[in-house]
Amino acid sequence: MTDTTADSGAVETAETTDEALGRSYLSASGSTLSSWLFTIDHKRIAILYAISTTVFFFIGGAAATLIRLELLTPAGDLVADDTYNKLFTLHGITMIWFFLVPVIPTTLGNFLVPLMLGARDLAFPRLNLFSWYLNIGGGLLALAAIILGGVDTGWTFYTPFSSFYSNSYVSIAALGVFLTGFSSIATGLNFIVTTHTMRCPGLTWFRLPLFIWANYATSLIMLLATPVLAMALLLIVAERWFGLAIFDPTRGGDPLLFQHLFWFYSHPAVYIMILPGMGVVSEIITCFARRRVFGYTAMVFAILAIAVIGFFVWGHHMFVSGQSSYANLVFSFLSFMVAVPSAIKVFNWTATLFRGRITFEAPMLYALGFVGLFTMGGLTGLFLASVPIDLHVHDTYFVVAHFHYIMVGGMVSAFFGGLHFWWPKITGRLYPERWAQAAAIMMFVGFNTTFFPQYILGYLGMPRRYHAYAPEFQMFHVASTLGAVLLAVAYLMPLFYLGWSLFFGRAASANPWEATGLEWTTASPPPQHNFFSTPVVREEPYNYHPEGTPKDA
Amino acid sequence: MREISPLAGIVAEQFDDRGQQRQAAEFGMWIFLGTEVLFFGAIFLGYTLYRMAYPAAFAEAGRETLVLIGSANTAILLTSSLTAALAVKAAEFGRSRLVVRLIAVTIALGLVFLALKGYEYHHDIKSHFVPGDPLFGLSEHAVIFVSFYWAMTGIHAIHMAIGLGAWVVVAILVRRGRVVPDKTNTVEVVGLYWHFVDTIWIFLYPLLYLVGRS
Amino acid sequence: MSGLSSFISAASERARQTDLLFFSATALSGFIVLLVAGLIIGFSIRYRKNSNASRAELPPPLLREFETGWTLATVLLFVTIFGWASAQGFGAMTPAGEPLQINVVAKQWMWKSEHPGGEREINELHVPADRAILLSMNSQDVIHSFFVPALRIKQDVVPGHTEALSFIADKPGTYALLCAEYCGTQHSKMTGKVIVMEEEDYADWLSHQEADNSLAAQGERLFTTLGCSGCHGHSANVRAPPLENVYGSPVALADGRIVEADDAYLRDSILQPKRDVVAGFKPIMPSFAGRVSEANLLALLAYLKKKPQQEARDD
Repeated sequence: MTDTTADSGAVETAETTDEALGRSYLSASGSTLSSWLFTIDHKRIAILYAISTTVFFFIGGAAATLIRLELLTPAGDLVADDTYNKLFTLHGITMIWFFLVPVIPTTLGNFLVPLMLGARDLAFPRLNLFSWYLNIGGGLLALAAIILGGVDTGWTFYTPFSSFYSNSYVSIAALGVFLTGFSSIATGLNFIVTTHTMRCPGLTWFRLPLFIWANYATSLIMLLATPVLAMALLLIVAERWFGLAIFDPTRGGDPLLFQHLFWFYSHPAVYIMILPGMGVVSEIITCFARRRVFGYTAMVFAILAIAVIGFFVWGHHMFVSGQSSYANLVFSFLSFMVAVPSAIKVFNWTATLFRGRITFEAPMLYALGFVGLFTMGGLTGLFLASVPIDLHVHDTYFVVAHFHYIMVGGMVSAFFGGLHFWWPKITGRLYPERWAQAAAIMMFVGFNTTFFPQYILGYLGMPRRYHAYAPEFQMFHVASTLGAVLLAVAYLMPLFYLGWSLFFGRAASANPWEATGLEWTTASPPPQHNFFSTPVVREEPYNYHPEGTPKDA
Repeated sequence: MREISPLAGIVAEQFDDRGQQRQAAEFGMWIFLGTEVLFFGAIFLGYTLYRMAYPAAFAEAGRETLVLIGSANTAILLTSSLTAALAVKAAEFGRSRLVVRLIAVTIALGLVFLALKGYEYHHDIKSHFVPGDPLFGLSEHAVIFVSFYWAMTGIHAIHMAIGLGAWVVVAILVRRGRVVPDKTNTVEVVGLYWHFVDTIWIFLYPLLYLVGRS
Repeated sequence: MSGLSSFISAASERARQTDLLFFSATALSGFIVLLVAGLIIGFSIRYRKNSNASRAELPPPLLREFETGWTLATVLLFVTIFGWASAQGFGAMTPAGEPLQINVVAKQWMWKSEHPGGEREINELHVPADRAILLSMNSQDVIHSFFVPALRIKQDVVPGHTEALSFIADKPGTYALLCAEYCGTQHSKMTGKVIVMEEEDYADWLSHQEADNSLAAQGERLFTTLGCSGCHGHSANVRAPPLENVYGSPVALADGRIVEADDAYLRDSILQPKRDVVAGFKPIMPSFAGRVSEANLLALLAYLKKKPQQEARDD
């Protein structure tokens, strides 16, 4: 037994071999640029992704900043209308496809999936690296579209505007998204094959951490939904370049076909964006409440149910586009049903706190913030699933607020929580706790100040994507912009104190949080091949109170 | 077969053994093909909807495709699937030289397919069977069929080209002894992809060449 | 328009029903959020690390019952809201009585409407109160969405489809009309007013309108239905000469001649477009000989003569 496993009774490792006493993945294969750019180590690829997604996050954030500044006053006076349209398109495309969709799977997931499975790497390391290059290639195309003059279709690329009316660089941006879609597919494929074939001895399906289950379900969605988006975008490019008539209403085509294809991807994509966050939060809450997760089995099935039902609700984006009332009825019902497993998860996280020994380090603050914001985002989703309410608030700021509560309040909080939680594991350094707690609280406050007024705006009838608006709405926009300032500061703070910790932070032990899970049984940062020898799992996950373990509820 | 390279048949470091590696490779390809089904599924869905909306225009435009070339290509592609299947079988028995030859035949058939397709495209362009061509002579909604014809065959041809590239790489690896056919399932995995591309064509052939000809 | 009321006052029975549903859902959601937040905060205090609250385990069957209990409660609650919402949605689909049909055409970036008597409006829509109105809507270019917050309704106008939207407004007033589907550069300027009037005021208003069943109006409709606007329109994909102010102005032709765009020239250009091609443009326009009747040709010409004033009104 190595000393690193002493914290957890879950694992037993064979004796340490000489080779394993080697250096961490950060130094093992050198620190030259090419040792990073051509690495096939999943941990290093995770770092590459972390850098690229951070860059895209701040590009998207810069666009959001300009949008919020423009909306301070009712008149469209800061930027021209076309510029504004290009800004929200830029914000949507970068945030969704180059930050939210990849961020948790490709950074935390890439780093942790093999570690949590007790594997040496993902099944296809080269494919993993290739996926990063696809992502970067797609990102560069999207950026090229912006530098050349921008795209003004909105992230939704609705036809016929995108195919025959927009005079902006739609094709280049669409191809960028197309490429990065294949990077998603590669990541998903890797995770699924790895989870199926490379679990270490004793790690049965129902001993998997919920983070693995969440990434598994996410991967399923990536694999089955992304190709449909890829085809839809390809057809738009074909319409623009070769004059094909696929969605063109002037030649008998139907723009609604595009919407069906688009939302067949883009609604499940919402679950691509939120499920990994749910996985992260399950890991964090159990650790800081010192409790086994309440209802592990129910949590697993909730994750799978969300992934499966999530495929059959896309029509709720089309309640007002002339879809038949009966289709609306079915999609409305399924949308209510997909909320049930989400509600189960919220209750189970809450119940996990019951009779715990709770501490409030930064990851826990982010995770608790996630639960609250996700609950609000989820409940307002029910408003949108109700046809009569949707007729009113569809395409208004109500929708904007709703999905930001899920995507930003939920997913981004979860990502920051996970980043702090596993930071010591990834970098081998501890960050300054007080600063991190302050940032977490500020993010929660700033987020609510920014987006809660937008619910009201939406109910009042302010449509989204408006460059100029009626003066009646101004005070809500002012509040929103003030909140955005707080939010921006809260997002910038980790950049500094986490950066600081890389050089001056205290060295982290193998398991600074005394957490369960295989990733905590190896050194921080982990050695190149993850484990000194193949771990063997003998216990259930989240065994935080070994005395008197309750059976699964 | 020349001397075996020291790298041949080695299990990649992330895997425990050869069995796990084979399983992962085959499983991975099947999952990828599942993705591809959804990719093509989107365009097949579009085709189906428009054909239901405009049956007459689809029949009219369908009669303008070159059925002779389409049929010949179907036969060629099916034959290439046979040679690919034989290559996989030969690989199971470790007959490297035979594997390389069968792959070469498969590649040749694929190239003939693409050449015929290219000739067909040339003919289509000359006879204004192109959306947006000012001299396009068919009735109003036929242009939708023609759009699908170009999009579907074009995307299929790109898949063919990728498949051919994969075969070339595999053939070289086997020939150099870098892939030992009976130790890894590389040939089988590429074979799966090739059969898939072939299967797509089996759907395209009736949809694009036989529609309107009954 | 005065203040927020032009957006938010509920001007129909359906709007009030939607409000009731909305605020009930809000109250319920507020309760759930407070419940979750209360539990989280309560547990956080009671079970903080150093508190001396009991940590004894509850018996597993009890835990399972909790899980089952809140799952069923959630399903029941959601199905109830769904049932309520759907019942209302379907109830609102069939307004009573013979509706007053008004045609609406959406284009970048304006709303045009035409009353049954041929009275036409731009970015304004006058309707009588307490009467079923059926809007029959088409788009000339991209997708728009007809949104009247005070009526709590919205309908996308998808090109190639004729979309129907019906409502009964019962509160006279001036309400905001907005485009809710992003439609390009001036999306946020594609706004207008819906003016709900008492029946007699509406009749009075109608009587003061010039019924625009003129040739020019017919011509404008033909300009769309024949597909002219597909190339000569504002934001057309194909490059074709713009026709604003064309009537009576000199036109430079590809062969160097300069002609005046009079009736004869415009007529020839429609019937034999390849004869006098405008300088700088390709001869891609198809001939409309045999496809447009003489009467329609006259209507088109009348529209082209009127086009400058028309477009000026649009802005």
